[in-house]
Amino acid sequence: MEWISTIIQGVLLGGLYALFATGLSLIFGVMRLVNIAHGDFIVLAAFVALGIVSGLGLHPFTSLVIVIPLMAALGYVLQRGLLNQTLGRDILPPLLVTFGLSIILENVLLEIFSADSQRLQAGPLETASLSLPGDIAIGYFPLLIFVSAVVVIAGLQFVLFHTELGRLFRATSDDQETAQLMGIDNHHVFALAMAIAFGVVAVAGVFMAIRTNFDPSVGPARLIYAFEAVIIGGLGSPWGTLAGGVILGVSQAVGAKINPGWQILAGHVVFLAVLVVRPRGLFEKVQDL
Amino acid sequence: MSMLETRKLESFYGDFQALFGLDVTISPGETVAIIGANGAGKSTFLRSLCGLMTETRGEIFFEGQKISGRRANQIVRLGIAMVPEGRRLFQSLNVEENLLLGGYAKRSGPWSLDSVYKLFPMLKERRQTMATDLSGGQQQMVAIGRALMSNPRLLLCDELSLGLAPIVIKDIYAALPEISREGSTVIIVEQDINQAMAVSDRLYCLQEGRISLQGPPGSLTRDRISQAYFGM
Repeated sequence: MEWISTIIQGVLLGGLYALFATGLSLIFGVMRLVNIAHGDFIVLAAFVALGIVSGLGLHPFTSLVIVIPLMAALGYVLQRGLLNQTLGRDILPPLLVTFGLSIILENVLLEIFSADSQRLQAGPLETASLSLPGDIAIGYFPLLIFVSAVVVIAGLQFVLFHTELGRLFRATSDDQETAQLMGIDNHHVFALAMAIAFGVVAVAGVFMAIRTNFDPSVGPARLIYAFEAVIIGGLGSPWGTLAGGVILGVSQAVGAKINPGWQILAGHVVFLAVLVVRPRGLFEKVQDL
Repeated sequence: MSMLETRKLESFYGDFQALFGLDVTISPGETVAIIGANGAGKSTFLRSLCGLMTETRGEIFFEGQKISGRRANQIVRLGIAMVPEGRRLFQSLNVEENLLLGGYAKRSGPWSLDSVYKLFPMLKERRQTMATDLSGGQQQMVAIGRALMSNPRLLLCDELSLGLAPIVIKDIYAALPEISREGSTVIIVEQDINQAMAVSDRLYCLQEGRISLQGPPGSLTRDRISQAYFGM
């Protein structure tokens, strides 16, 4: 029974990793941009929420009403103002620019908020749990994170495959030049994709900030979890990203169960094993996103 | 007023100059063929018209409006659509999604999903098929339909017959008169001289980026065309 409980905890943790990874996967799928600063933007969203919660006295969940549009707007402006200029045949410029952004963000956050650990308080929900037969307890909050991840990914899947915006994303991803011949402004489309990715980053940041302590330096570790989830699942596949997150979460939970020091290591080992056996991920996308 | 006019149009790929001072005038309702050997600059000319060439000199006027220097996504909204060489269908989209995306510019006119399906009935049967799973000829029909969906005043067709069987080429070219009847002026780039002469009111022959010959097909002898085409 203990093992079942461990696996359930791992699956739920995977929901958070999937939220970390979804934005990364979307923007790679649409514009082949690897955002090295992705983890730092998750941390930025957490600090923005912290500012709103302490400034306006809102509950962390209510703060999402402000944090999501704010981060989405930031994503749009960042893409239009900076990242679009880095896109081209060479993949190096976006890597270098987002790497630079990562360093700048981390240091600006350090300057403003110091290196102290922070946390968002969500009240009794944080510890409340659902008791199942066999001494299995499922925390309501981890469950909420997992359900949110499923909802976000299902929503994204719907947008991608059943709306005009999704057609624009897929077409621009397929062939930018021909998309322009249809009257599509690819700069605008890329910025919309980044705005959606940042909206998901906002959700991920707030959930992370309730779940664990955070400080300005934790971004790169979130980026690694996001990368691992995306690569295990297969680049550009939304449901694959959820599966990747779950596999990473379960690996970490099982690793921690065997030896508490092995939690992170177990995740990395499974990631490396997938990379060796199936370099394109377990759920290689059927179509290019 | 002419539909399209280029004045001393020059285009470059970095240091390489592909077009040299082209003066081309096209009247409303005409079907004009651009012929020439490989590398003569035919496709570059079409790409310059629809805004895909960023390094150009000279001026391009469309219905009296200067369009040189504008981006491709702006030009299609003014009424110029292109059927690109190699079809360039969106591989992640099915037939109907490709067509719908062609109508993204939302210009009004005779062309809609229904009228494109009437022109190419086969596409309606296969509308849910992924576009790149179709045969070459059917893909070309999607590419033409996709361009028509923007209700262009000027339709640019780049190498419609490339890689297709003669019987399929005949079907594809049979659609051109219908497209003209609906009010589009058409420029076709074609390597097959006989095909180009059969469908066009006028032709331009390009050789190494310069116009080597122009006129109605009936007024041009085979010898003159061969000389203009090959430079011999």
